[in-house]
Amino acid sequence: LTELGSAPVPELSGEDHVRGRSGHPVVVEYADFECPFCAVLTLRLHGRPLRHAFRHFPVRSRHARAWAAACAAEAAGVQGRFWEMHDLLFADQGRLEDPHLWDRARSFGLDLERFDADRRSEPVAARVRRDFQSGVRAGVVTTPTLFAGGRMFAGSIDAQVLDRLAPPVGRDGDA
Amino acid sequence: VAHDGVIAPGTPAPDFALRREDGSAFTRSALEGRTTVLVFYPFAFSPVCTDQLNLYQDVLDEFAVQGATLYGVSCDSSYAQKAFREALGVSIEQLSDFEPKGATCRAFGAYHPGGFAQRALVIVGPDGAVTWSYQAASPGELPGANLIFDGLAATRDSGGRRPRPAGARST
Repeated sequence: LTELGSAPVPELSGEDHVRGRSGHPVVVEYADFECPFCAVLTLRLHGRPLRHAFRHFPVRSRHARAWAAACAAEAAGVQGRFWEMHDLLFADQGRLEDPHLWDRARSFGLDLERFDADRRSEPVAARVRRDFQSGVRAGVVTTPTLFAGGRMFAGSIDAQVLDRLAPPVGRDGDA
Repeated sequence: VAHDGVIAPGTPAPDFALRREDGSAFTRSALEGRTTVLVFYPFAFSPVCTDQLNLYQDVLDEFAVQGATLYGVSCDSSYAQKAFREALGVSIEQLSDFEPKGATCRAFGAYHPGGFAQRALVIVGPDGAVTWSYQAASPGELPGANLIFDGLAATRDSGGRRPRPAGARST
């Protein structure tokens, strides 16, 4: 049996995709590349002094290309370019078919053959599945879901919530 | 049910009659010999329910492996439920508590005074007794699939009767 009963959200590990300086507040995001609210959250997270970990939560019955997009990001990650693909996927959610994924991979110089083999590989699928299952166990029901400061924030996450976690750099005033 | 709220574990499932999408009756006898998860939800097409059923759909295989069959239950008509299910792209069968409205929801302690099903989860074991139940704090709260897996684990641990594989029939 796959264990899917309740469990705390896993701590950050070396397996996670993380960007932002260590020492900044950690946010762990469970998201789906085809989810519009996740794309908005990506914009809202941008430029904030946060340590942002991204975990996959593709809801396949809702978003037909979410799983493929998650695997594409992982396959880019195999070549050390996860975040480039992450940003390009969220930047244009209307183009998530295979040729669009290839265009993105080409645009930042991935080895295309390797990318295509990796995104269909079992290790990449297992990686996406592991994130998804850890989210299910932590009680993720909708995307995006953010874990930060010992709390869980689900659904459309507004800028005020993020401001309390970490105001954007360059904004006047302090928090 | 002596207390307010959803039916408690250890209670035999009450007699009830729901409608399947094809118009046939779904009654207490349909629960016997297998593990059933009843997912009570307030309204077809409300955004919150949408996320909940989509998530459960994505782990439906795992529920099947654990021998559990899920059903969605609301006070919507079967036509609305079917349209809702198809719009979501989910296969979880829907059961309608349309007439007499909410009678089954009341019997399970999952009827909201606002005239709709409370968001609640009930697991009924193969012997027809409730093994686990959960009521969301508010209709807007989405119970994660993890809770159902917790409930199925409790069902296995407490009942002594392991859930049968999906499709198995009692003899």
